[in-house]
Amino acid sequence: MEKIFQKLSLASATVVFVILLGIFLTLFSSSKLAIDEFGLDFITNPDWNKEIVIDAPISSENSIIDDDVVVDDNDDEIMDEDEMLFDEDNEDGITKTVYGGLVPIVGTLLTTLIALVFALPIAMGIAVFLAEIAPKNISHIVGIAIELLAAIPSIIFGMWGLYYFAPIIADLVGGYQVSLLTAGLVLGVMILPFMAAITRDSMNTTPGVLKESAYALGATKFEVIKDIIFPFSKTGIIGSIILALGRALGETMAVAFLIGSIFVLPTAINSPTISIPVAMANNFGEANGLGESALFYLALILFIISFGIISIAKFYFLKKAK
Amino acid sequence: MRLIVNKIFLSLSVFSALIGLAFLAWILVTLFIKGLGSFHFGLFLNDLIDGGLRNLIVGQFILAGLASIIGIPLGMAAGIYIQEYGRGRYPSIIRDLSDIMMSAPSIVIGAFVYAVIVVPTGGTSGYAGAIALAIMMIPVVINTTDNMLSLVPKELREAGIALGASKYRVILDIVIKAAKVGIMTGILLAFARIIGETAPLLFTSETSNYFSLDLSESFPSLTVSIYDLANEPEESSRDLAWAASFILTVLVLIINLTGRFFTRHKD
Repeated sequence: MEKIFQKLSLASATVVFVILLGIFLTLFSSSKLAIDEFGLDFITNPDWNKEIVIDAPISSENSIIDDDVVVDDNDDEIMDEDEMLFDEDNEDGITKTVYGGLVPIVGTLLTTLIALVFALPIAMGIAVFLAEIAPKNISHIVGIAIELLAAIPSIIFGMWGLYYFAPIIADLVGGYQVSLLTAGLVLGVMILPFMAAITRDSMNTTPGVLKESAYALGATKFEVIKDIIFPFSKTGIIGSIILALGRALGETMAVAFLIGSIFVLPTAINSPTISIPVAMANNFGEANGLGESALFYLALILFIISFGIISIAKFYFLKKAK
Repeated sequence: MRLIVNKIFLSLSVFSALIGLAFLAWILVTLFIKGLGSFHFGLFLNDLIDGGLRNLIVGQFILAGLASIIGIPLGMAAGIYIQEYGRGRYPSIIRDLSDIMMSAPSIVIGAFVYAVIVVPTGGTSGYAGAIALAIMMIPVVINTTDNMLSLVPKELREAGIALGASKYRVILDIVIKAAKVGIMTGILLAFARIIGETAPLLFTSETSNYFSLDLSESFPSLTVSIYDLANEPEESSRDLAWAASFILTVLVLIINLTGRFFTRHKD
C-alpha cells in the first residue's frame, strides 16, 4: 500500500513534465508543415493568407515575368479566411498561399508593452499603498477588492472594454474604438491587480528593523520606500513585473474584443491589428492544412516566448527574492 | 522640500489605489446595470435555443466539475510527492515546471488539446474541454498543496511515525488533515479560475445551443457562448451576453469570497 501510494504520487508529479513536453512536441509537430514551408522568414513576413504567383505562365510573356516575386491582388485588405486555396493553377500562373507571422507577433508585443506602461506605475502605487501607507484594516479590505478584480474572468474585461471603456478612449485620442491602444489599456487594467498583489507581497518581505532604523534617522516615508524597500525587494518586484508580462502576452479574450482582428501592421497607436492568441481564437475553427499549421507555428512562438520570460522571472529574479 | 516630495508621493500612491478601486467599481456597476437589466429567472429554465441560459450554466459546471475530478487528485498527489516523497533535485524541477505551466497561455493549452484529442477523436467534445481545463487547474492545485504542506510542522509527522503509522497513513491522516483548510481554499480559487475560462474551451468543447449531458459531443459552455453572443449584431443577443456575464461574475466572486472566508477563520 505504501509503495503504491508513493508510486502514484511520483507518477502524478511526472504528469506535469509529460504535459509540458507534450505541449512542446505537439506544437512543434503540428507546425512542421509551416516551418518547412516558411522557415524563420515566417517571423518577418507581414503577409497572412495571401496568394502569390510563384511561376509565371508561358502564355503571357511580358506581363508578369519581370515582376516574378510577388503579385497580389488584395494589398491592404482584410483577408477572407475562407479563401484558402494553395498550389492552385489559375490564369495568372501557379499561385500559392503564404503565411507570415509578423503582424500578430508585433501586435502581441505592442499590446503587452502598452499594458505594461499603463499598469506599472498604478500597480506600484497600489502596492506601496497596501504595504506601507494604509492602516491594517483598510489595507486588508482594499487588498481583497484588488484580488477580486484579478478574479473577474477575462471575457468580462473584454466586453466591458469594448462597450464602455473603448468609446471613451476613442473620444479622447481619436481613431478606432478597436485598436492597439484600447486593447493594450484593457489588458493593462487586467494585469494591474495581479502585478499589485505580488509586488505588495515582495515589499512585505522587507525586514521591519531596516525600515525602523531609517525612520529613526529621520527619513520620510518616501525616502524609506525609495532607499530601503525598493532596493531590498527589487528582484522580487522585477520578477512580478515579468510574471505579469507573461500573463499579458498570452491573454486571449480581453484582447479579442478590442484589437480589431485584422492582419494589417498598425500604422498608429490607435489603428486596429491582431495578436497571436486572437489570431488563433478567430481562425482556428476554419483553418486547415497549411493555414492551421501556420497557426500552430504562431502558438509555438508564443509558447517559447512565454516559457522563456517566465523562466527568466523564476530562475533569476524570484529565486533571489526568496 | 523633503516633506513636500513625501506628500506628493504618498498622494500619488493613494490616488493609484483609488484608480484600481474605481476600475473594479466601474466594471461591477456596468455588469450589475446591464446584467440585471436583462436578468430574469426564466434564464435558468430555458436553454439557449429558447433564449435562456440553463444548458450553458449546467454545461459550464459539468466541464469545470469534471476538470476538478481529474485535476484535484493529480495535483494533490503531485504536491504530496514534491513535499513528502521527493528526494534530490527532481521535486524542485517539477515545482518549477509546474509554475511555468501555470503561466502558459491558455489558448496554447487549447491548441494542444485540440491537436491531441479533438483531431484524433474526430471532433470537439465535452471531454476535450474538461481535459483542457484540468491542465489549467493541475499546476494551481500543485502550488497550493505544496505551499500548505510545507507549513505543517515536522513534529506532527514525527509523532505519527513514532506511533508506528506507515508514511502514507501519516500523510493522509495527519499532514493532509492539518493542511486541509488551506488546500480547500486553494482548490476553490482554482475552481473559480477555471470556471471563468474561455480560451481553452474555444476549440475543444466549443458550445451548444441545446441541453446536453453527452460529453462526447460539442458541449454547452457559458463562457464560449458569451463570446459568441457578444459578437452578434442583435441587441437581444448582447443583452443575453450581459446577463450571462453577470451570472458568471457573481458565481466566480462568490466562490472566491467563500475561499477567503475559510482562510480568515483559520487565522
